[in-house]
Amino acid sequence: MSTATRSEVVKERSMLKQKSMITANYEALTSVQETGRKVAATFVPGNLNELIMCFDMLSNLPEINAIQNGMRKKSGLLIQEAEKRGHSEDVCTYVKCDIGQMSKGNIAPNGRPMPPPDLLLLSYTGCFTFMKWFELLRHEYGCETVMLQVPYDGDGKVTENMRSYVVKQLKEEVIPALERVSGVKFDIDRLREYLRKSAKAEDDLVWVLQSAKHVRSPIDAYFGGVYYLGPIFTAFRGTDDAVEYYEILRGEIEQRIAEGRGPITPEGDMKEEKYRVVVEGPPNWTSFRDFWKMFYDDGAVVVASSYTKVGGVYDFGFRHDPEHPLETLADYCLGCYTNRSLPQRVDMLENYVNEYQADGLLINSIKSCNSFSAGQLLIMREVEKRTGKPGAFIETDLVDPRYFSASNVKNRLESYFQMIDQQRKGASSAAQGIH
Amino acid sequence: MKCFVGIDLGSTTTKAVLMDERGEVLGRGITNSRSNYDTATRVAKLEAYISTRLTLIHRALGALPGLLNGNVDTLLGGLERSFRLELFLEQLADLQNICQRQNKRDLRHLGMRQRIEAALDAIFERLRNKLAGLFAPEGSRRSDFFRDLAGSEYMHVAEEVAEDTGINFDILANLYDQSIIEVENHPPSEDIGGKFLRALERVVAQGHSGVSDTATVKSALQGALDVEVEESYVVGTGYGRVQLPFPKEHIRSEILCHGLGAHLMYPGTRTVLDIGGQDTKGIQVDGNGIVVNFQMNDRCAAGCGRYLGYIADEMNLGLHELGPMAMKATKTVRINSTCTVFAGAELRDRLSLGEKREDIMAGLHRAIILRAMSIISRSGGISDEFTFTGGVAKNEAAVKELRKLVQENYGAMTININPESIYTGALGAAEFARRAVES
Repeated sequence: MSTATRSEVVKERSMLKQKSMITANYEALTSVQETGRKVAATFVPGNLNELIMCFDMLSNLPEINAIQNGMRKKSGLLIQEAEKRGHSEDVCTYVKCDIGQMSKGNIAPNGRPMPPPDLLLLSYTGCFTFMKWFELLRHEYGCETVMLQVPYDGDGKVTENMRSYVVKQLKEEVIPALERVSGVKFDIDRLREYLRKSAKAEDDLVWVLQSAKHVRSPIDAYFGGVYYLGPIFTAFRGTDDAVEYYEILRGEIEQRIAEGRGPITPEGDMKEEKYRVVVEGPPNWTSFRDFWKMFYDDGAVVVASSYTKVGGVYDFGFRHDPEHPLETLADYCLGCYTNRSLPQRVDMLENYVNEYQADGLLINSIKSCNSFSAGQLLIMREVEKRTGKPGAFIETDLVDPRYFSASNVKNRLESYFQMIDQQRKGASSAAQGIH
Repeated sequence: MKCFVGIDLGSTTTKAVLMDERGEVLGRGITNSRSNYDTATRVAKLEAYISTRLTLIHRALGALPGLLNGNVDTLLGGLERSFRLELFLEQLADLQNICQRQNKRDLRHLGMRQRIEAALDAIFERLRNKLAGLFAPEGSRRSDFFRDLAGSEYMHVAEEVAEDTGINFDILANLYDQSIIEVENHPPSEDIGGKFLRALERVVAQGHSGVSDTATVKSALQGALDVEVEESYVVGTGYGRVQLPFPKEHIRSEILCHGLGAHLMYPGTRTVLDIGGQDTKGIQVDGNGIVVNFQMNDRCAAGCGRYLGYIADEMNLGLHELGPMAMKATKTVRINSTCTVFAGAELRDRLSLGEKREDIMAGLHRAIILRAMSIISRSGGISDEFTFTGGVAKNEAAVKELRKLVQENYGAMTININPESIYTGALGAAEFARRAVES
């Protein structure tokens, strides 16, 4: 426990930097009455942060608010509030958390009310619920709404037609709407500058994520990964702050590797790396620490995860390209993990299991996410077949605390880790000809 | 002799298996988990040690065929029955004392205290006479749990005594309810050897033993009782495993234990279905009993053993009576929900529509197995051979539905159901304990 206390007190520099960025962003959002800045509500996957910044606007991301509420143990009551208003138990809990928050005064983590959005900017990248969610928000706020229709990557290949369709919408729908709401004229050179910074930060991010290829990984690419992804997924991509954050983070991880240290956890450095797993699906936010502890207590480190790609897939070469500003935004949206087909997801996960020398694939299936959970068992089977590594399946939820059964999840995780052990022993006995 | 212990702390029952160095099972013990895993572990282990002694006695007596005219089983059967009777009477006396103590503490019926005391004495006198017959050679016991044996008979006798004495039945029933858990939490007294010797004397005195040379038999029995059973390593599994006072290396996942246990019972096993009190597991194992895949129900215990428990409570039946009732069905009523919480509502709804109880029971068993089939298919389907374990494997109606659905979905398949299948997890745990020392 003393380690835990120490690690909570002594935060790494990157953590402090991110915390101050988030605080400043909530301050900016909750001060628009004084500053007069305009707000675009938009979602993480396929967000157009660089473009929004070109109009001096702020981004408000409803899923991030739901996650914040989940981690601060507030989502349960907010969800019940939404259910009182007629939303069924099976509806996406991000949506219900957001609706509940609105009905309770829409209070931001800093205790001040969130501003109503001036624009609802829906970049549609694979989640059908997002569309319905924004319909509810449009009904609530009655503000201007613009939808960027990103074609689903069903055939696993982005065609020129798909790209030009998105670019055309950016030119004809999205940019005019942003100009109209903000009163600021679009400046493509300003966009290029932001994209340049994005690419710089993305380089460092990818380096950090790929550091998990070291056996004795210096990072946890899921529980730690969600922190590393914070700035690039949200309101900071394209900012100097993000560039600086990733430089600091990279330096810290480089040092970790040099010193032979494992990933940081809430209870200090992880002592031993016994299992390396790849995880598909978002984490549970309401019991985030308990969930994480079930991994590090058993020496399990997540070396790659698909969730850390929902806000952009960078590790196969994509970077925002300032030379082709609108086309690169189109490619970014088209390539988000949520917009990828099942075969593409299988390919990615297979690649992760092999490239990161993982022991297998673990799927955390989300009870209230119908669209994304469909097909996950097939994904698991296929990855198992291709890699020869065992898979396992657990079920939790995003931000509904009622859907997290600690004993059930722990039971399955322990079984999975012990199964890996057994199979290793079996393999080594077979190699030695012992039966 | 060195022995290895596996303990499976289930939500309903706690099981223990003792194994020797060669991997041979010496003894098994089972008790109610009663939300008190420490006591449950103690009792289950003690039961397993008793059963181990019986195995050792069996071996010792088996070496004396001439003296016993080859009648070891008769003697051993008598010995065990007599020993169990001894234990049972001890627990009954304990129950009587606690009931009397509760009566003395009860301030509500001060004026009746002595009459109640006398009524309790009368009840227990009748119980001793009635229940001793359960341990006679021709007697049959529907359960080995003290609560099951004493509980329903206590109520019958209390009803009679209430009528005779004019004391309200509820007062007598209440005293039992207040006392039974405490009795269950008292493990048998330690003098196991003494009980065996007294049991032998009783068997010999009854003349059912076929023993011609009592002294030699007694000496063989004493020899078996003198064998020191040394507990080398314990492995715990099941829901209560984290509460065991064991270091982490002594705890194994129940999925691994069930996989290995099923493999030990039937080495050809490739798929295991375990339906326990609160979870249903579909497990795939390889030729060495190593788990290669598994699925289990999520946090909802729909369709698990506890569901049948609720149904039994709703119908005022014993759990063991559900299967036989379902076997009498002439049709299978369609049941949609296996939600334990809705079990009563579903049942009453069908009854109100005029469906027969046995037909509804058949439908409930089918619904449980359908849910189990879904979990198995998610774990990778059924491969030959298929082993069914857990408390529900003892239910003939569940087994009948399972056989039917396996045939329909996967074709002809060897389906293994071991009479001792409830011990599968504990058996796997004991083998893990043995291997831990071996390696």
